[in-house]
Amino acid sequence: MIDTHNRTFRAGAVITGIMLLIILVGLVWTPYDPNAMNGAAKLASPSLAHLLGTDNFGRDIFSRVVQGAGATFLIAAVSVAAGLVIGVVLGGLTGWYGGWVDELLMRLNDTLTAFPSILLALVLIALFGSGKYNIIFALGLLFVPTFARIVRMEVAKQKELDYVRSARLMGVGSMRILFVHILPNIVPVLLSTIAISFNNAVLAEASMSYLGVGVQPPDPSLGRMLNEAQSYLLSAPWYALSSGVAIVLLVLGFGLLSEGLGGETDA
Amino acid sequence: MGTIAKKTGTLLLTLLLVSAMAFLAFQIIPGDPVTKILGTDYTPERAATLRHELGLEGDLSARYLRWLAGFITGDFGISYSYMKPVRQVMQGKLAVTAALSVLSWLLVLLFSIPLGIALARYHKGVFARAAATVNQVFMAVPPFFIGILFTYLFGLLLKWFVPGKFVPFSESFWGCLGYLFFPALAIAIPKAAKTARLLVSSIMGEMQKDYVRTAYSRGNSRWMVIRTHVLRNALLPVVTYLAMSLADIVAGSIIVEQVFVVPGIGRLLVASIASRDFPVALTIVVIIAALVVFMNYVADLVTQFIDPRVRLS
Repeated sequence: MIDTHNRTFRAGAVITGIMLLIILVGLVWTPYDPNAMNGAAKLASPSLAHLLGTDNFGRDIFSRVVQGAGATFLIAAVSVAAGLVIGVVLGGLTGWYGGWVDELLMRLNDTLTAFPSILLALVLIALFGSGKYNIIFALGLLFVPTFARIVRMEVAKQKELDYVRSARLMGVGSMRILFVHILPNIVPVLLSTIAISFNNAVLAEASMSYLGVGVQPPDPSLGRMLNEAQSYLLSAPWYALSSGVAIVLLVLGFGLLSEGLGGETDA
Repeated sequence: MGTIAKKTGTLLLTLLLVSAMAFLAFQIIPGDPVTKILGTDYTPERAATLRHELGLEGDLSARYLRWLAGFITGDFGISYSYMKPVRQVMQGKLAVTAALSVLSWLLVLLFSIPLGIALARYHKGVFARAAATVNQVFMAVPPFFIGILFTYLFGLLLKWFVPGKFVPFSESFWGCLGYLFFPALAIAIPKAAKTARLLVSSIMGEMQKDYVRTAYSRGNSRWMVIRTHVLRNALLPVVTYLAMSLADIVAGSIIVEQVFVVPGIGRLLVASIASRDFPVALTIVVIIAALVVFMNYVADLVTQFIDPRVRLS
């Protein structure tokens, strides 16, 4: 079991690493300006000049995919980070103190996590409107219950252990025990959840942008590119293929990472 | 019997809570629909009449109770965009999404169980290893991308169906089913891959247990052990997962309906959110949410029914 997990983890690390590298390079350099239109090269098929061809405005698809992947990655990163921070604090406190607030929040959590994330995201978008920042806000909010649940469970487990008791006896404050003593022990469990959340965030962002209620023009996004590409399927199938494969690679990389870390394959 | 009654009670309570949360969520949106609909025709009298028609009078709790009573009796309010009852706007769309989801769910069932068993049976073979890797990739492909690939391959190149030209149920039963097959398959593929993966790890987990060693020691082959001993236990978590995944499939159809231009409630939901037609959006969200809660309840009961260990505790 350990052996396959390691192989899975390595595969995920390689895919995610390559994607990250391309995204990072894309921040400073892309073969073409992603927004530069070229009337002479509309819907050109892949060639040496344009690795993945061009779109209906003659824009270089490779450059646009790199930029779109970067934007999708950034949205995922910020929303997962927000969900993580709030979730850890909320889960830590409720797990440590318990009581009726804990009971109530966990009931709410159980109900929320049962729902398909795309449905909740759509409701939040209906409430707050579409656009880059609202997507981040909606996704961040979605991830809070996931993290809070795991942290709460772990804290509740760890607080009975001897090292916590002895820290208490030595007069260490609650907050210090919680965030300095217990939290580092939870990190391994959190890592796989972070990876699977990335996976879900990329999927949710791409889905909503595809539906037209996510990232709005002129902000780049892989989901929106896929939506535009659908109109040119017959004349330029490489357009849809490139943006779709980029989404698959991001999702696959994080999925493998999460599984390699011993986490769930589905959330 | 007592536990079923208790669980049913929890189910009703959760449904009530979820409906209240959804209702409240759509109430806190700023802006008065009446002012928006009337626009330049605004007069206080007209506003009062419209407010009455839309059920926007009274305080929050009164509005909620009125809406809930309406919802249960099939009166879902009035759409802001069409100024028609939501029920009329939704006419026929619920059945389309239901057909799509059930078809997709059956496809998941059809693919995942044999695939999972085969992958576990031949887990060391070259072919099974390759298939497991392909399966891993399928888990990561979003349904709408599969849908786009299907549109290109089966719709545009092979012309097995005309993309965007939905065949209504009333026109031709098989034509409708034929059109829904590809979106259903698009939703089913990643779900089936995940289910197969779950079954494989469930079987592998069971294979570590003592009773398996005993079964081997009696001279059973690996396949005999899996078939007669392991599978019964290994299927338990899969059955629960399958029951709960129907809700995920409905959620998946929200997006895939868009790809194939299927006139179901998913497309209507996206359109109503884009046009801020909240009575329609609220109705669809509550219907899907109720389905989620209900399927979790069913999954719970099914687990109890087939696993005596859970029943005892």
